[in-house]
Order: sequence, then structure tokens, then C-alpha cells
Amino acid sequence: MLEAHKLALDDRLRGVCTKIPAGRVTAICGPNGAGKSTLIRLLAGVLEPTGGEALMDRVRLQDMHPRARAREVGYLPQQPQIAWDLSVRNLVSLGRLAHGDARAEPVDAALAAMGLETLADRPVSTLSGGERARVLLARVLAGEPRCILADEPFASLDLAYQTSLARHLREQAHEHGRAVVVVVHGLTLAHNLADRVLLLKDGMLRAEGPPEYALSPDHLRAVFGVEARWLGEPGAKVLSLAGEAPASGGASPPG
Amino acid sequence: MSRASAILLGCLVLAIPLSLIAGRTWIFGIEESRALLIIAELRLPRALLAVTVGAGLGAAGAAMQGYLRNPLADPGLFGIAPGAALGAVLSFSFGLAASGWLLPILSLTGAGAAMALLALLAGRGSGIALFTLAGLMIASLAGALTSLVISLAPNPWALSEIVTWLMGALTDRSWADVMLAAPLTLAGIVVLARAAPALDALTLGEDAARSMGVDMDRLLALLVAGVGLTIGSGVAVAGIIGFVGLMVPHMVRPLTDRRPSSLIVPSALGGALLVLVADSVLRVLPLVSELRLGIALSLIGAPFFLWLLLRLRRGGTLGLT
Repeated sequence: MLEAHKLALDDRLRGVCTKIPAGRVTAICGPNGAGKSTLIRLLAGVLEPTGGEALMDRVRLQDMHPRARAREVGYLPQQPQIAWDLSVRNLVSLGRLAHGDARAEPVDAALAAMGLETLADRPVSTLSGGERARVLLARVLAGEPRCILADEPFASLDLAYQTSLARHLREQAHEHGRAVVVVVHGLTLAHNLADRVLLLKDGMLRAEGPPEYALSPDHLRAVFGVEARWLGEPGAKVLSLAGEAPASGGASPPG
Repeated sequence: MSRASAILLGCLVLAIPLSLIAGRTWIFGIEESRALLIIAELRLPRALLAVTVGAGLGAAGAAMQGYLRNPLADPGLFGIAPGAALGAVLSFSFGLAASGWLLPILSLTGAGAAMALLALLAGRGSGIALFTLAGLMIASLAGALTSLVISLAPNPWALSEIVTWLMGALTDRSWADVMLAAPLTLAGIVVLARAAPALDALTLGEDAARSMGVDMDRLLALLVAGVGLTIGSGVAVAGIIGFVGLMVPHMVRPLTDRRPSSLIVPSALGGALLVLVADSVLRVLPLVSELRLGIALSLIGAPFFLWLLLRLRRGGTLGLT
């Protein structure tokens, strides 16, 4: 299991403790500059912490061999670039790099899981934004990691693609038992996607739990400084804004 | 072997015998013993040296473009070629070049010094941008020092020797040069080929590559060593030959699946072919004195570079997404 123990990086993240459960989608939410990307990059082992530790099965990530770590933890960076115009299949095959093999089955399975079979031989430059997002996630899946970490995969996707990507991520958690962690900017999306939410502000964890709790009006007021409430059914929640809270900016932690 | 490698190797196998025949004196209808002498002592080492230098330039260029994720990158960016040139120029200036072995050794020392400085400036975890800047600064520094040595040249003879050498050529090279450059270049290409899978991962950016288990410090070390060996030994025996490392990966890329790892060996073969053909053509051209290889390739290379830039401006992709 992936966990953070007093995880810190300079003043960007100040001592976050949490456990990432398998088979669940965990969303990391919070205002700009809250430390969301820092947290997910530390959990992915891409950054080294200045304090505390990120652990995989109680082994510190930086003590693991980079390839061994990469086999366990798959990471999808924010706005990933694709420098060279590879074919979809070759790009997804990069996911096998940490395994040092070129086995076709996991690559085929990843292409199938993302509904990309028909696009396998297309150059990525000919794909739409939504198709690219699926290809990049398929690359992570091809490595068959136990944890999937994705930094704002929904940015610049339209509603239809957001919905399909959210469905794919939930499928990976609920049906394949993977631990899925997603940095999500949109709270409505986070509420409907995630089983658990980590709410960050100023590099600290302000609330942690099911979306109904972590994204409650009290927490939103404290962290974002807005008055808002949730409407609709579970799984189809809509955030209704009622304007700024009187004491915006200098909000204090709830409770 | 990939399709690109097969095609280029075929061309190379055809080009080498042709290059042995071609020259100011064509190997037709001349005395057999004279022909054999010309081939064994002049043309064959020259052809092998062209293949060696070209292969090193091509492979280093392909690896650099993969590392910097930029199709306009050139091995010269690392500052290793200017470092090697500085070493060579110093040997001329002190009159040491005549002894045969000292020029390449000083040149390799210059390349090694540039590599060490690079590693020092852009050591652990510094990132690609800082590394590129460090390389550029080393190139400028070596260039400035080379100019200084030229301006302080002890006599006009040394001066003209330096300037001619800097232009890059394969004229009057011997088996000793082949023996020096070939093993080092081959070792360099092997090192670069080992870096190839990590270069593929870099297609998705530094963060993604790191998350895929790529050790960025190890990758940097492999690249500096590989480029140092190929470019350093190339400059040591042939002077500065520009643009091959830039042009060849471009010409070869459409023949491959565009993965940086699929490009290194074909680029080595392509570079070997380009330098061999260019050198043979120069030998045959009816000019009063032979055009220097470095100048000729720059005359082809610079317009090629401008054409690439124009294509980029017009929305071309150069193999990028």
C-alpha cells in the first residue's frame, strides 16, 4: 500500500500523512498552490521529499530501485508532452519500459481497456485531445502498476471525454483493484468521481474522507472561501455557488 | 535489423568500393602495384575514417536530439567538439602536432575536460535546461580560448596550420588515425545505444521518464560519455565537421518509427554514408585545391538548417507531434 508519512517538501507541502487504499479512487482537491501536484509527484517518486517519507509497502520510495518503483506506481504527469510522433502502439509500449520486456499482451490489454484497438497504428499527432488522454492513460496501464497516479488528467478535456476518462479510472479502481489517485480541479467532478477526497490548503491536509464529508460546505468555506452547497443525487452531485463567504481569504480550518 | 538500417547498410556497402576507386587519380588502367598502394595506404584508411567520423557524428546527433527532445539539436551543443578543437589547436601552437600522436591525445584531453566541466556544472538532478546552458557556455568558452590561442600563434605557419585544421578534413590521414578513432567511436556508439530506452521514455517528458524508472543522472552520464567518445575522437582525427549530426537524424527519421531508440544505429550508418560520399565527391571535383570537408558540409548543412526552420514556420512537424 502507498502511504505518506509526514511528507514534506520545503514550504510547498508541510507534513501530510495519509494512506492510499487499493480499489478506491482518491481525489486530491484544493485551491491553486495548495500543494496538490507536489503531493502526487512525491507519491509517484518523481520528487524527493525534504521531510517525512512516501512509502510503498513500508519501503521508502527513494530506497527502491527506480524500475522496481515504476512497476508498482504508474504516474501520468500534468499536461504531458509527447515529443516525437510515435504510433499509438509504440507510445503505449513505453509502459513496459520498467519491466524491461516488450510483451504484447499487457499492451493489447491496455489498448483494449481504453478502447484504442482501432487507433493502434495511427501516429499520435493525428489524434484528438480526448484520444490522446486515453492513449497516455493506456501507457500507464500497460505497466500493470498497483497504483495509478494522475495529475489533472481532465484539464482541457470536454465534458464527454471527462466522463469517459472518469469511467475508465473508476473501472481501474473498482474492477481491477488498483489504487487510483487523481488531482482534480473541478469539485463537481471530484465529488462524482472519487470514493475519497484529500482536501489540501497551503501545503497541509485540511480534510480527508468521503466526498460528502471532505467537500462539505463547511470545508469549502474554510478552504476556498466560498459559500456553496451540493444539490442532486449521490453520484450526480452539482455544486451550487451562493457567492463568496464573508471572511474569504483568511479562512480558518473547520471544526 | 530495422528496415532503415538495412537500406543504409546496403548503400554503405556499395559506396565504400566506389570511394576507393574515385579520386584525382582514378583506379582504372594504372599499374596494379601503384593502384594497390594508393588503395591500401591512402584511400582505404581515408574511407574507413570517413565512415568512423560520420558514424560518430550521426549517432551522437540522434542521441542529442532524443535527449533534448528537439530536432534542431546538434552534438556541438555539448561543447565537447569545441573542447576537443581547443586541445588540438594548443598542440599546433606549441609545435607538438608534428609528432603524430600528440595532436589526437591533446584533442581527446580537451574533449575530456569539456565533459568533466559539463558533469561538474550540470551534475546531479539539474535538469535538461541547465545542462544545455552549461554546454553552450563551455562551447563559448572553448571557442574564445581557441581564438585566443590563434591570436597568440607563434608564427604564421602555425597560424595557417591551425586555421586549415579547424576547417575539418580527411586529407592525408593514415591507418594510425583509424586505429585511434575507430575503437573509441565504436565504444561511444555502444554507450549511446545503451541510453536508447531511456531516450524513448523521455518522449513523454522528464517527469514521466523518471516515473517510468529512468535514472536521469545515469542517462546524463551515458550521454556525456557517448557523445564525448564519438565526437571527441572524431574531432581528434578530422577537425570540426559540422551539421552532419543535425542533418542525418532528420533524413533517417522518416525511415524509422520515430522512436529515439530506433534512430541511433541508422543515424550512425547514415552519417557514415554522408561523410564518405561527401569526401569522395570533394576528391573528384576539378578544383585547384581540394575543398575542405568541413566547409563543404557546412555549405550543404546551413541551407538545410534554414530549410528546416522554414518548414517549422510553415507548420511542419519535423517528426514532432
